[in-house]
Amino acid sequence: MGKRIGMEVAIAAAEAVALCNIDVAAVYPITPQSHIAEHMADIIHDGRIDAEFITVESEHSAISACAGASAAGARAYTATSSQGLMLMHEILPIVSAMRLPICMANANRAVSGPLNIWNDHGDIMPQRDSGWISLFTENGQEAIDLSIMSFKIAEDPEVMLPCVVNIDGFQLTHMIEPLELPGQAEVAKFLPPRKPFAQLHPDNPISMGCFAMPDTYTETVKAKETALINSKKIITRVFSEWAKRFGRKYNVVETYRTKGADTLLLTMGSMGETAATAVDEMRKAGKKVGLVKLRLWRPFPVEELKAAIKECKTLIVMDRAISTGGAGGPVATDIKSLLYGEKTRPRILNVIAGLGGRDLTVEDFVAMFEMAKKKKDETYELYGVRE
Amino acid sequence: MNSVQNFEIFAPKLIDRKEYISAGHRACQGCGEVLALRHILKALGDDVVVANATGCMEIISSGYPQTAWEVPYVHVAFENAAAVGSGVEAALKALRRKGRIADRDVKTIAVAGDGGTADIGLQALSGAMERGHDMIFFCLDNEAYMNTGIQRSSATPFMAATTTSPAGKAIPGQRTQKKNVPEIMVAHKVPYVATACPSYPIDLINKVKKAKEVKGPAYVHVFSMCPTGWRCASEITIKMGRLAVETGVFPLYEVENGQYRLTMEVPEKLRPVGDYLKPQGRFRHLGPSDIEKVQAQVIREWEILLNKVECMQPW
Amino acid sequence: MAKKKTEQKKWPEKWHEVNPGCMVFAAGSAANYKTGSWKSQRPLTDNAKCIKCGICYIFCPEACIQEVKDGFFEANLDYCKGCGICAHECWPGAIVMREEEE
Repeated sequence: MGKRIGMEVAIAAAEAVALCNIDVAAVYPITPQSHIAEHMADIIHDGRIDAEFITVESEHSAISACAGASAAGARAYTATSSQGLMLMHEILPIVSAMRLPICMANANRAVSGPLNIWNDHGDIMPQRDSGWISLFTENGQEAIDLSIMSFKIAEDPEVMLPCVVNIDGFQLTHMIEPLELPGQAEVAKFLPPRKPFAQLHPDNPISMGCFAMPDTYTETVKAKETALINSKKIITRVFSEWAKRFGRKYNVVETYRTKGADTLLLTMGSMGETAATAVDEMRKAGKKVGLVKLRLWRPFPVEELKAAIKECKTLIVMDRAISTGGAGGPVATDIKSLLYGEKTRPRILNVIAGLGGRDLTVEDFVAMFEMAKKKKDETYELYGVRE
Repeated sequence: MNSVQNFEIFAPKLIDRKEYISAGHRACQGCGEVLALRHILKALGDDVVVANATGCMEIISSGYPQTAWEVPYVHVAFENAAAVGSGVEAALKALRRKGRIADRDVKTIAVAGDGGTADIGLQALSGAMERGHDMIFFCLDNEAYMNTGIQRSSATPFMAATTTSPAGKAIPGQRTQKKNVPEIMVAHKVPYVATACPSYPIDLINKVKKAKEVKGPAYVHVFSMCPTGWRCASEITIKMGRLAVETGVFPLYEVENGQYRLTMEVPEKLRPVGDYLKPQGRFRHLGPSDIEKVQAQVIREWEILLNKVECMQPW
Repeated sequence: MAKKKTEQKKWPEKWHEVNPGCMVFAAGSAANYKTGSWKSQRPLTDNAKCIKCGICYIFCPEACIQEVKDGFFEANLDYCKGCGICAHECWPGAIVMREEEE
């Protein structure tokens, strides 16, 4: 185990990407991602890595420049948040359809309106259909590790899909934690330079981004869908390789004290650590509760989730976003749909909380377990709203 | 200034025979834009990567599973040709430096229509030019959003009829003057800015070759005659380009580091603009007083340009 | 410009046969589509009048006019769309457009 030093998570994420032999970074600053952008600039301007840093004039151009760079065979990286991610929205499905393995950090932040710069998952949820692999981090070490792994996953010849690593804005990006950066030599062994499936160069002229008529479009949808679903296999394999090389094991679905639990809480992102503390407290008081944490959001890890919740009677699904006018929170909606065909399933209580940076404390999670006992139906709860 | 000076070639027969856009593309009969593209690619040769915006040229050439392109080509979306090109240029630079691709110059070019340049594409263009990427941006200007059915753009000329600026009873066509994108490029201090027209292929090819030599951004605005959208006969495509130049509607000039130079025969008096307007259906609603208005504006713009040619000093 | 016969993919493709990202690896494969069927007029050249200047070659948007034996120029009717530019631009009037007869 290497040396751990206190680092701001955003800075650490940039340092982790700097170990990855990237060729092009195109970044536009937005709070709370800006420290990632600024630190990448520091690293490149100091000549610590050999990469082109494009200070684009908007996030739309950031993802477009990454698309061009990736199409030309480069390992490309960008980072954004909230409004920036919304501005990229048009291009995200194009990049995944074009099978360009761009990696991106998303500092989860609430979406306007009203303008709010603090943490929730409202920015990544509208992108859930975009065909990107989407991973969630809970702490700074995960931000480092998953940032590095994302390149290996994205570029795998069986995957060739872009990947976004979600890091809760402010809640995580601006925390200073004791973190271990892997060594450059070890990372280089784990992640060799990119070998593109195809690239733009006159030595072999190809056309990329061609349009498809109605007689072909459906087949391209199936191809992209299949690639995304199959990527879970490769993600699991990369997680195992990481464990072997660096000693830290990740799973697409993490479980914490789920054995014998009749009520489980499900979280995504940094609130998982707080929820774990709540679970510890309640277990000490003799309550049979546990925690499930989704690390992989897209492709949705169906089998692993079903295995994690098969014993419980009640599942409290935390959403840090809402699908306005729909069935509640996006995570709960997905889970309910995926369990629809099961012969037995737990009672699902969807709690939407922590919006716009509203803090989630241990007491809040304990209160949710109490609410779960009392609530009769399965409609969603907008937790903590002052009525 | 006599445009025949300093030409390496002066005969169409001597132009490089290789075709970089194959026949079988789906452009309209008599398309001036694909002809312009044909000449541009001949001037650039094999060592080029093309970033193309959605538009006529993209649709007629890259319908899966076929492509008309003989050079590396990428299309992403409508408004980001310059941004995609920026990424390509940066990638080629980085990969060459790291020894992952061959060690020779490969030029990045971005190609967009007037919509993808002056309207939805203006932000990306401005950003790319300001950042100084080694890239040539080509605006293939057919003066409307032709691919989607002839809707107006900011490059549509005054009083032209398009589907979103129709010649109606209350409002007769386009209400505003054509946006001057070459001027915007000069304001960005782009080292080489030029206007060109495929009716003058040798001038166009030489300008493209000059743009290629620039180690930095360059911009070429190419007049792209469109018989379909302008409602004129397909066989007079080349003639319409000539008339645009001879009447001063589309003067041919280049700006090298801020110094303006005309690259066309400067006439004693410009040909009357009516000669250019009359063959086009998009101007058929213009009465004599309208044509006078257009004529006055053309002469005004021409004099402003002549003034720049005389007065502007290089930066 | 006679295009080399490029391989045409079997059509329609199953989903796993579609090239990833709809990339097209066969440069210039658009030549498999013969646009010559579009024309309602065809160009006819009188070599007696032709001065071999190459203007028709340079102004053809289809790039289908090619130099043939003895330096004359001929349109490839597989691709010619009959736009009439070559006939209009030909200085000595060596090219005329004739209606397609069915």
